[in-house]
Amino acid sequence: MLLPSFGEALGLLASGDRELLAITANSLNFAICSTVIAALIGIPLGIVTTLREFPGKRVVISVSYTLMGLPTVVVGLLVFSLLSRSGPLGGFGLMFSPAAVIIGQAILALPIVVSLVYGGLARLDPELYETLITLGASRLQRTVKIVREARISVAAAVLTAFGRVVGEVGAAMMLGGNIRWYTRTITTAIALETAKGAFTLSVALGIVLMVVAFGVNFGLNYLVKLRPRGRIL
Amino acid sequence: MNRPNLRTSLAIAASAALLLSLLIVSVIAGGRGERDADIRLTLATTTSTENSGLLDALLPAFEQEHNVVVDAIAVGTGQALEIGRTGDADVVMVHAPVLEEEFVAEGYGVERVYFMYNDFVVIGPPADPAGVRAADGAVDAFRRIAGSESVFISRGDNSGTHIKELMIWREAGVRAEGDWYREVGQGMGGVITLANDQEAYTLSDRGTFLSYVAAIDATIVNEGDDILFNPYGAIAVNPERHPHTKIEPAEAFIDYLVSDEGQQRIAGYTVNGEQLFFPNAQ
Repeated sequence: MLLPSFGEALGLLASGDRELLAITANSLNFAICSTVIAALIGIPLGIVTTLREFPGKRVVISVSYTLMGLPTVVVGLLVFSLLSRSGPLGGFGLMFSPAAVIIGQAILALPIVVSLVYGGLARLDPELYETLITLGASRLQRTVKIVREARISVAAAVLTAFGRVVGEVGAAMMLGGNIRWYTRTITTAIALETAKGAFTLSVALGIVLMVVAFGVNFGLNYLVKLRPRGRIL
Repeated sequence: MNRPNLRTSLAIAASAALLLSLLIVSVIAGGRGERDADIRLTLATTTSTENSGLLDALLPAFEQEHNVVVDAIAVGTGQALEIGRTGDADVVMVHAPVLEEEFVAEGYGVERVYFMYNDFVVIGPPADPAGVRAADGAVDAFRRIAGSESVFISRGDNSGTHIKELMIWREAGVRAEGDWYREVGQGMGGVITLANDQEAYTLSDRGTFLSYVAAIDATIVNEGDDILFNPYGAIAVNPERHPHTKIEPAEAFIDYLVSDEGQQRIAGYTVNGEQLFFPNAQ
């Protein structure tokens, strides 16, 4: 059943099918917007968590790591109950819109960015910070230097978050409603087309998703290989 | 700066450029452009109308005529009505008369309008191990399936089809439980695909079944019983309950469904030469 679809799917991809493009565009659009939002909030949070000492720091870190595995449908349910017309934020009318999907995916991406940024910064040589103080660097200079030193981890955190949201189906389905031309993403379209028994489009979309995932992983591997080892400054 | 540093900077710059270009491409290629209109009407409907392809035949003419974009959310009847209750849809199009009456009686819907019907069919493997073909009506068919403990796939999702199925089990006086009875919680298409795969019996609306028939072995093993009648209703969500709902385009949509044009489009929609839904507006 899948093999004949595979050839047809390649044909569909080669022909630049309009709906295939629109669905792919939606997926990338939602995933990129949510990742950017999560990065803007999560990177500073990760930095602060690493460099500052505050009460309950261990708890914050544990919670952040735990939330990395947040089930997508739980986020879908949570955001649904907030954004629904009958919910506290219903007045904005965001339910079943691209904004709803982006909010849900940003919530999924945020703990990943925070945890991995924290993990990356914490793994730096602890002497680095001390050395910077000894050298008389100001707090701002120290922060800038630390982040520059860990920039690969920061980039890897963002790419990992992107990989997580671009392939998720729970939040996209529950919050977007899988509306054709509007909120249909690669994952929700695959779920629908497979249920319809239309394997060609499913397979074609699956190929696109795999290519995106491979691209992200390839980028991640490249970054990890480049990680400077044992250098302090 | 030594070389690895330069390379990492380049790599990060390249990743950023890649993400940015993906964003630009996605905005340019975005499907929004061709579906721009001032009004977006949210339609909560059942998987049977979308999976069968009826919506694609029905919506574009209405959208062009009224400069409205219809955002169709295809879920089970129970969930479609729930989306109407929370005010997240402007109009619902479903098939479970009892639940529809309840919806209107509770004040969530303005008025139920019948506009088409089809019927349910019992489908199963061609070999028919439960001997359902010889059954006297759907209730007897269900008794035979339970009696022989042949695998039965249930939607299990509070959809119109699921509610009809439970009604038939009740009529048959059978408690549907055990290894042979599998609730899968999927849409009609998913259930048909699954039933075909597992050589199991299931209840389907005729429309969705006909749109799958070319690709599967499962066939109709029982049909025509009065209990299998399947009317579809459309209800505008009551603006007194939810003031933000778009009652005018919602009523225009219902008017379109019962208009000559809408009724003709329903009658004219065929898959493999077979008509799936029958207009019956009064």
